[in-house]
Parts: sequence; structure tokens; C-alpha cells
Amino acid sequence: MNVFVAGIGVRGPGLDGWVASAPILRGAEPWTPTAAVLPAPTMLAANERRRTSQVTRLALAVAQEAADMSGLPAAALRSIFGSSNGDGATIHSILDALSDAAGAVSPTQFHNSVHNAAAGYWSIGAGSAQAASCIGCHDATVAAGLLQASAEAMIERRPVLLCLYDAPLPEPLGACRPISGMFGAALVLSPEPLPGAPQLRVAYHQDPPAAEATRLPALEPLRQNHPIARILPLLEMLASGTPGSLSLALIDGRVDLDLFPAASVAACSTALASSP
Amino acid sequence: MRPLHLTALTVASAIGTGQAATLTGLQERRTCLRPSDFGDPAIGGHIGRIDALDSHNLPPGLAEFDCRNNRLADLTLRGDGFVDAIETAKARHGAGRIAVVLGTSTAGIQSAERAFRHRDPATGSLPADFDYRNTQDMFALPRFVRAALGLRGPALAISTACASSARSLIDAANLIRAGVCDAAVVGGADSLCQMTLSGFAALDLISPTPCRPCDAARSGISIGEAAGFALLQRDPGGADQPIALLGYGATSDGYHMSAPDPRATGAIGAMRQALERAGLDPEAIDYVNLHGTGTRANDAMEDLATYSVFGSETPCSSTKGWTGHTLGASGIVEVVIAALCIRHDFMPGCLGVDTPDPDFRANVLIQNRQSPVQRVISNSFGFGGINCSLVLGAAA
Repeated sequence: MNVFVAGIGVRGPGLDGWVASAPILRGAEPWTPTAAVLPAPTMLAANERRRTSQVTRLALAVAQEAADMSGLPAAALRSIFGSSNGDGATIHSILDALSDAAGAVSPTQFHNSVHNAAAGYWSIGAGSAQAASCIGCHDATVAAGLLQASAEAMIERRPVLLCLYDAPLPEPLGACRPISGMFGAALVLSPEPLPGAPQLRVAYHQDPPAAEATRLPALEPLRQNHPIARILPLLEMLASGTPGSLSLALIDGRVDLDLFPAASVAACSTALASSP
Repeated sequence: MRPLHLTALTVASAIGTGQAATLTGLQERRTCLRPSDFGDPAIGGHIGRIDALDSHNLPPGLAEFDCRNNRLADLTLRGDGFVDAIETAKARHGAGRIAVVLGTSTAGIQSAERAFRHRDPATGSLPADFDYRNTQDMFALPRFVRAALGLRGPALAISTACASSARSLIDAANLIRAGVCDAAVVGGADSLCQMTLSGFAALDLISPTPCRPCDAARSGISIGEAAGFALLQRDPGGADQPIALLGYGATSDGYHMSAPDPRATGAIGAMRQALERAGLDPEAIDYVNLHGTGTRANDAMEDLATYSVFGSETPCSSTKGWTGHTLGASGIVEVVIAALCIRHDFMPGCLGVDTPDPDFRANVLIQNRQSPVQRVISNSFGFGGINCSLVLGAAA
């Protein structure tokens, strides 16, 4: 499958948006892992904004950044939202209430607990009528999300927003599924070439991947300790602006990614066009 | 689109386990909902409960997956010759070329509810035998089903609230059509838990009586548990009476997190997209299986949507009077019901309805009708404003 990366968003420790993070990810600037900074979700009206949790704000921040960078109208994007834990803090708080005979579940908490809450707020904020799907694939969420979003972009011939996000679970649930900090990333994948958009070839293979690792050793612990940070090697490759290949593990098997930066895509197209 | 095919189907709900029991229950118009006896204290109006789950054991070697939701999945997988059909598909495509794409809204969260009630009083920690990864985690369901069936292809848990298992067919169709895999196990499971019973009660959406979708006096949902699975592939694969997935449509409301858009724009869009993808006019649809939850707002919205797309002639009904609202599983349960309608040429009229809402303009059935059924459209709508419509038909 061939798609073009039209927009990128990222929020994580010391990674405050793609523009600020790209020089860090290509090793030109040092990485200082301060806690992720989350902008207020300005796409939502005040009453909806008040109801959003931190993890939804994380998802909306990276989705909006990627959509803005793509130059495509947010309302025109189909979407795949991926998260291992969804809104784990809200689910934790409901579980806590249910364990107490006097505890009550609030209606807002309950509708925020659905795994597609962030996708719902996105469609409200973007005024989007486009299809949305929401996946949860544990440590394979990034790999499965790339596979699913690329397939949808290719079959529907429409751009797809892939929005990936996770936050730590409160204790005691956190001990069952340790996740280090908030980390989210989003890509807008277009089936058609767009100016400046690198080409990404996405393929499923049945054999497991070779060892995965970030190029920058300092980022490797983050990659290992957060399901969404599994995307860091791809973000490093995108930041480098040079061609590259890597694999991401599925539960069995792998997704192979081959990146061709926009300059080499253009050169390749020109060469093809001028060949007899 | 070129149709895909559902070559094996299996289902379990409060109606019964397997297609034959489901068909009999539908044809005999047997109510399967009962006053809630789930939880301590029992809450949640009437429920559609599967008693066999309390004693169902997972196969040896899969004990780490034990929870109500995976028991429900396992019970369902063992029915209707489904395991044999998967073995045949494995021999044909290879285990690594068959994806597992399954919908669930809450996976095995009942295990977490129990664990929270047994926290260590001194440290607050959860019991050591609570296995988050294999029970509560969304991915636990496809992880378990892959292990139970010996499949090795890509796996996804789809969680779009009450549209989860309907959406699983769409996501799997995309993977097959893109050549990522050759076949996929689709469907899903949602089991009774305190979270959904309490949550819908907090929203004041639980009916004090068994739910009565489309009734003038309807007053909310009854929650049920169910699972269903299908093998989706390109060709009919020699299956007996295969069902074709002719088209599908998916939209978002962009309106409200838990209330449907009263203008029904998203629901209308999903049905029109599904017809367009199938290359069919509305007249080609014989029966509409409604999402029909029994809430005032959903059923009124869906009547408007159905009337807008199909007019006042095409028969429609909800089967949630039998099963209860099985949340993320409702899409696949109703796919199996649509298959039974097509194979046995009947349409189930809404159960428990005395007086259809006089404001409704669509043709709501309240008695079963025996007449030819070639194509069915099935709706699933979820919190967050997610709408999915599937068009199913007899395979050519």
C-alpha cells in the first residue's frame, strides 16, 4: 500500500508539536524530557471543552496539528483513532465508584468512558460527518493503526487521519499496565501525492520484525515504555528527510514501512515521466 | 463494490446459542428478557442474560483469558460448526493470512469490577490473579479468539461503542480489499457488567419494563449480553447458503457524545452510502433491521432516517425486544438475524409492542411476516455519534 504523509502531529515529554520536535528527532537539538504540554482544545465550544479529559485533549491536540499541516479541511478527513487504554483515568474512576456501595457513576463520566470518546469529540469539534473507527491493540496499536489507516486511504481514495494517544492509568490499575507519561502522535495519510508529502509504503508480513529501536538512544526508554511511542522510529525517519525503512511488530508478524521523502518522490516521478 | 462473503456464522444471545435456537426463538416470538438478577444488588431493569456463562470453562491452556467476556466468546465460537469452517479456511489461506477484527465496547471489564472490590485494604493494590492484559484490555478479545482458533494474521479490537461489531465488518473489508489478508474473523462480544448497567441507569435510559422498541410508550433500553462471529472472505468458498456483504456505509454525527442528532443526518448518510456502495436503489431492500434500542430519542431519529431513505412501504423492525441491547455485539447479532431472515424468508416484527408510535412514518412491523427476503439493511449507532449501515443479501 502506498500513502503520502500530508500532516504530522506529536505531543510527548519534551516533544511539543511537530515543528518544535523535528529538529530534536533528527538529532540537531537536544531532547529535554519535560512533561507533555497540552493546549486547550479550541476546536470545541466551551461547554464541550469543559467535559474533555486530559487524554482526549492529547488526542485532539495531535489530530488538529496533523490536520492543519496537511492543509486539508479537518471535516474532510476520515479517521482511525488508536489507543491501548482509551480514557483509562475515567474508567478507573468509574471502577472506583462501582466498588463502593454508595458510589454513583456520572452520566458525563460514562459517555467519556467509551473507547471512541476522543473520536466523538473530534467529529463535534471538526464538524465532521466522516467515518471514524477506533482501535485498541495493546503494544501493536501503532502498527495495526498504520495498516488499517493505509488500507482505508487506499480503498476509499480519501485522506485518513490516524490519531494515536495514550496516558498512564491511575493506581492501582496503573501497576497492571505501566505507561510512562502522556504521548500522542497523528498522521494524515493521503492516497494521492501532495506537495511536500513524503511517500510511505506500508506492507504486512507474517514473519516477526527484527529488533526495533530509536535512532537516538535517549528516546529508546520512552519507546519501550509507551505503546504509542512505538511510532518514534517512524517520526525520526520523517524528521530526517532521507529515505529509510523500518518494521513495527504486530501481535505476530510485522508491518514494514519504507519512506521516500518528497524530494526523492518528485525526482522518481520526473524520471518515470521522462522515461520512454 | 464487489461483494464480500460471510461463509460461516455463529451467535449466542439471550435467545439461545447457535443459529437454530435463534431462528426458533425469533419465529416463536419468545421473550428472553427477565428482571435483572445481575450484580449485588441487582440493577438495570430487565436484562438479556446467558446463564451458561456462569459455568462455561475455557479450553485447557487458555485459562489466563478467563473472564465473562472471553467465556461468552468461547461459548459462541464452539457453535454452528464455526471452528470447522475456520480449520478449512486455514488449510486454504494459511493461518497468517486470516485476520481477527472484533468489536467490543467493554471487553472483560467485569474482571476489573471484581478486582476493585477485592483491593488489599492496607495497600489498595488489586488481587494478584487479576490479569488486565488478557481480560479488561480491549485487545484481550481478539487475542483470545486468535489463540482459541490458532490464527496468526493481523488482529484488531474495534471499539466504537454500540457500533463496534458492525464497524468490524467494515474495517475487515478494507483489509481484505487492500490485499492485507485473504479472510477475516469478524464480529465481537459484549457481556453484562456493572459499568454499563450503572452507566445507562445514570443516563436514565433503562426501561423499567422489557424494552419495547418503536412502541408509543417505549421508555428505554434493556441491556443484554451477546457474541457473534463470521468468516468474511472474497468468494463464497463452497459454503452452504453463504451471505454476501453487498455494501456498507459509515458516518459521524458530530453532534453530541450520547444523544442522537434529531435531524438524523448521520443515519441517513450511512444508509445512503451503504446503498450506493452496493449499487442498489432503496426499492431493492426488502427489510430494514433497525438499531431500534427502545429509547425515545434513538427510535424517533431512526424512524425519520428510515422514512427519509425508504419511504413508508419498506418493512422495518428492531429485534432488541428479544436480545436486549447487546451494545458492541448488537451489529453482528443482527447480521446473523439478517442472514436467518434471508435464508428463511421471514421478517421478525418488534416484540412486546402494542401500539407503534403514531408519529412514526416508516413501516414498523409488530408481527412476524413470512415473505421473500433477498436483501436486508442493518443499522448500528453508537455513543460519540458513530453510525454504520450494512447491506446483506443472498450470495449470487
